[in-house]
Amino acid sequence: MFDRRLIHCFDWGLLVLTCLLAVCGLSTLYSATTAGAGVQKMLYIKQLTWYGAGLVVMVISFLFHYKQLDRYALLVYAASVGLLLVVLLLGRYIAGSKRWLVLGPISVQPSEVAKIAVIIVLARYYSRKLNPGGLTLRELLQPIGIVLLPFLLIVKQPDLGTAMLIFLIAASMTLFAKIEKRSLISIFIAATAAVPGVWMFLKGYQKQRILTFLDPNRDPLGAGYHIIQSKIAIGSGMLLGKGYQQGTQNALSFLPEQHTDFIFSVLSEEWGFVGSAIVILLFLALIFWGLKIAQRSREPFGAMLAFGITAMIFWEAFINMGMVMGLLPVVGVPLPFISYGGSSNIIMMLSIGILLNISMRRFMYE
Amino acid sequence: MNDVLKNSDGDWFKQRMPAVMVIALVLFGALFVRLFYLQIVEGQEYRRLSENNCIRLQDIPAPRGLIFDRRGHLLVDNRPAFDLGIVLKDAKPVEKTLKTLAGLMHVNVGGLQARIASAQGVSSYQPVILRKDIDRDLLAVLEVHKFDLPGVVVNVKPRREYLYKNVAAHLIGYLGEVSLKELKRHAGAGYEVGDMIGKLGAEKSFENALRGRAGGRQVEVNASGQVVRVLDTVDAKAGLNLFLTLDLELQARAQSLLEGVAGAVAAMVPSTGEILVLASSPSFDPNDFVSGLPGRKWRQLASNPFRPMEDKAIQGEYPPGSTYKIVTAIAGLQEGVIDENTTLFCPGFYRFGNRVFHCWKRGGHGHVSVVRALTESCDVFFYQVGQKLGADRLAWYARACGLGAPTGIQLDHEARGLIPTAAWKKRRTGVLWQRGETLSVAIGQGYDLATPLQNLVMISAVANGGTRYTPMILKRVENAEGKIIRQNTPHVAGRLPVSAQTLDLVRRGLYGVVNGRHGTARIAKLKDIAICGKTGTSQVIGRKKSESGRKIVRPEHRRAHAWFVAYAPADHPQIAVSVIVEHGEHGSSAAAPIARELIKTYLRRESAHSALVVKNP
Repeated sequence: MFDRRLIHCFDWGLLVLTCLLAVCGLSTLYSATTAGAGVQKMLYIKQLTWYGAGLVVMVISFLFHYKQLDRYALLVYAASVGLLLVVLLLGRYIAGSKRWLVLGPISVQPSEVAKIAVIIVLARYYSRKLNPGGLTLRELLQPIGIVLLPFLLIVKQPDLGTAMLIFLIAASMTLFAKIEKRSLISIFIAATAAVPGVWMFLKGYQKQRILTFLDPNRDPLGAGYHIIQSKIAIGSGMLLGKGYQQGTQNALSFLPEQHTDFIFSVLSEEWGFVGSAIVILLFLALIFWGLKIAQRSREPFGAMLAFGITAMIFWEAFINMGMVMGLLPVVGVPLPFISYGGSSNIIMMLSIGILLNISMRRFMYE
Repeated sequence: MNDVLKNSDGDWFKQRMPAVMVIALVLFGALFVRLFYLQIVEGQEYRRLSENNCIRLQDIPAPRGLIFDRRGHLLVDNRPAFDLGIVLKDAKPVEKTLKTLAGLMHVNVGGLQARIASAQGVSSYQPVILRKDIDRDLLAVLEVHKFDLPGVVVNVKPRREYLYKNVAAHLIGYLGEVSLKELKRHAGAGYEVGDMIGKLGAEKSFENALRGRAGGRQVEVNASGQVVRVLDTVDAKAGLNLFLTLDLELQARAQSLLEGVAGAVAAMVPSTGEILVLASSPSFDPNDFVSGLPGRKWRQLASNPFRPMEDKAIQGEYPPGSTYKIVTAIAGLQEGVIDENTTLFCPGFYRFGNRVFHCWKRGGHGHVSVVRALTESCDVFFYQVGQKLGADRLAWYARACGLGAPTGIQLDHEARGLIPTAAWKKRRTGVLWQRGETLSVAIGQGYDLATPLQNLVMISAVANGGTRYTPMILKRVENAEGKIIRQNTPHVAGRLPVSAQTLDLVRRGLYGVVNGRHGTARIAKLKDIAICGKTGTSQVIGRKKSESGRKIVRPEHRRAHAWFVAYAPADHPQIAVSVIVEHGEHGSSAAAPIARELIKTYLRRESAHSALVVKNP
């Protein structure tokens, strides 16, 4: 039953790229959490367990045929929306928002699961609607609903970073599936017109929050300070970096969240332009690899699924690195494979597993 | 299945890929350019800034709101205090600096080193506080030797000062360093270890208004830690100022009248529920708490048998004694058990079953009506009224008068008192209600418990015509510029279940207590002001079980507690007072004079004031 062609077609390149990124992540995490006044010295061990668990999930997710995902898409979607509801009702407040479901020793972040669920269900929908003319407005209503439900539930937590990410992924997939030119123009006009209207309805403090979000310098004691420290960390790395575990910004806890969202600053400080550029190139290679898999898939569900997953990796990497370099607003988006985190890393490994799945079954149509 | 990708029609789809790749390339290209700019173009500058971790944050503490009394007298102030600290990173060489410093401070180097050792985990860029609130002499010395003391810093911090020390200490409360539990409870509100937070009283109840919002400064410092440039500042926002309903003069008077005894005084404006006095004795000095109470002092406070930390006005639960006869009279009249003309005979005792219940006046009162029974506090009259009403009907009236439930004052740990019903007793003790117990309850003994504040609300309602107000301690809130942010308005908690006629009878009885020939509080009579009131004597033996733990069996601690509730002037009440003196024996001798003095002070001042206003319109 197990076809030999599967082994023959296994995508070793993708696996190697992923492992390289994970190695970068683990070594930086080791440095970020053990140097200086760091408090969470055992974090890299936990991260290693997450990678291990992720690897298991990855293997499982390429063993079965990915077309099963098409069949169970709605079930996955319903389950993830259910989890989002549960977290709003029972979740624990951590740092002012309800993102985590605590199940004994492990905490699960349902918004991470929601990302992949939205990708699967959108891939299923668009794969049935693809046509050279593009999607009409009427055909877009359903995907809008599909995205809006988890989007609003995540905004409620509130986790604006992940909500925005889901929007970007969905928008990328929709644009890739092609929208009728006329519909596209009308959507664009409607959206442009809506912005000032919505702005007028917002309360003063909500406007303040959005402005601070767009321009961290408005909050010099919070986000603005973090960005300055992050820029100093990155910039002071110069061409070759200060050397492994020699980063002073990191060592003295000047960086916030140095092991999660701001881990790229630690990496840049220690490895300089050369090291950072290599990591960016690794991400770029991974993204191109994913797009290639989407292109080579012979049926639309696989193509849309691979594209959606690649879009997710792309946006997360781009937003995170853009943020720590002071190019983009400060949002809580982790750097895939590199930031510390259970849910995010397992979902990333699962996504790579699905990509491997699509890649190795590209010749096994039906 | 959509076969769009299998045939040549699917080419349109795949042809979209190059455009996607170009977009990805452009966006990642932007990351490259940014990285190049930060690390290569600006790298040298950022390296310099990173060398000494030049960009730092400094706190700007927000001045906490001030607290005034109702007439604008300042009660709680902030004064600048100087905290001596050392930034280890800048204090190189640390040993030498510490030695110099210890010499100037006339202390042992070891002590300073111990403080530094205990502050492990504080970033070496943050000052370790060596001594809080140093005096001006030391400050001057440090200033002179500034250049021998690298890294030594003096932080100015506003410190709370309670100007009238033990006056209204329980009501105003105090500040203390935020505890881990409070940090957890207020997660997200921006509290940090070392911050101050209201721990008791108004300081706690109105923490959010008083606190303000801390600001900060983003600064660039040089190698020895001195600020060379301020990059950005967020100003601190001062906390809001509170104007309490408290009357400082009256409060201070009450506190001094309670000097030497354990007890409490509460007074309010009957027509609004504004608290004028809330005094508990013995009291404590809240200033002791601000810089952390030494263990010795705390043990002193905690072990004092007169319980200085307890706010007896709202937490002390005492049998209401004869003050409760007001409730029994109301219930009897409203239920038709008695009327204006009903007279009952008092031979000095009342036989019930095989027990004999005595009147306080062993010789008996003879034939008494309800008005005279209140005036002369005849126990036998109220035994019979209580017996006819039954415990549960009486309890309903007591609750309607606000007893047995917290009054809702905005202070923590208010006691609820106790009004027993038959069902309560069965549930609590498993024993059925004995009918004889109704007799004790009818004169405020037995299980009955009330706080001085509850009794104040009850007597105020009698004074104002039957409206029960929630006691109010906050009059208004102003911002630092004096603009009124919030004006507190009276809140009606309920109404006494009385007709105008019933109320009139009760008031006539209470008038007689002070002004009648046989009144029990003739001692409180004033020439120019008509006071109405009710004395009470509550036996200590019958106190609630839970309190028996602290009871110390000594003769003076077996003496009864003295109650007096009153209002004045009789026809147009402007002040209501409730007084308890623990082990004061008789309401008339121990408690009534205190109420009289307060009423006199308040009304004479107010009338002088209004006369003044009339004279100079």
